Amino acid sequence: MADAGAKASRPLSPHLQVYRWPVTMLMSILHRFTGGALYFGTLLLAAWLIAAASGPRAFEIVNAIYGSWFGLLVLFGYSWVLIHHLLGGLRHFVWDVGAGFSKPARDNLARLNLLGSIVLTVLLWAAVLLFR
Amino acid sequence: MKTALGRVRGLGSAKSGTDTFWLQRLTGVFNAVFVVITLGIVIALAGRPHAEVIAALRHPLVALPIGILIVSGVIHMRIGMKEIIEDYVHGGPKVLAVVANTFFAVLVGASTLFALLKISFGV
Repeated sequence: MADAGAKASRPLSPHLQVYRWPVTMLMSILHRFTGGALYFGTLLLAAWLIAAASGPRAFEIVNAIYGSWFGLLVLFGYSWVLIHHLLGGLRHFVWDVGAGFSKPARDNLARLNLLGSIVLTVLLWAAVLLFR
Repeated sequence: MKTALGRVRGLGSAKSGTDTFWLQRLTGVFNAVFVVITLGIVIALAGRPHAEVIAALRHPLVALPIGILIVSGVIHMRIGMKEIIEDYVHGGPKVLAVVANTFFAVLVGASTLFALLKISFGV
């Protein structure tokens, strides 16, 4: 112990900025983030249903907003968030039955979660744009 | 009369057991099933004229899955958001946030269910 000043300038415990993010950590944060986004995203479904129940005028307005480029962009993001949280939930079910806890299994599940959500979202929109 | 062991069995240190954990899993299963059905319905109806959408939403097999998703969804999201609040908000603001959370869940659930029922039973 040379002096007390050296102790004060020592780094504190490692935090996010010096941490190499494991893929499981990123998916854990994304699961919470997407859950929070879906929480407010329910307002999109609520607005659509309430407008439909209110009458043709209100419904036209909501339809126009959702069908605009900005609306479609939001819906695209919403669909990815939904699919990502859905797949993340299935990942939790795997753990709930006691499976998938080894290092390779957790890493693969996490990668599958992210890759699956992106692929499914793109496929969904491709199908919608092609067949609708 | 219960023995000391019988009283604490399954309760854990939170004194209230694993009800919330279980309810989150249960509603998660419901959500997984009914969100896929609802997504299909919404995609099929997106951009369609009002009369056509109303006619479709009137059908019980269309309204029911959406209704079940709404109930299961707001329970699930209320538990999830409470978890987030309890992690990051403390003291007085926490109480406010927890109350606001329930308020939001009830508001979303009640208004969407009301809209759905209004359409089902005639606008």
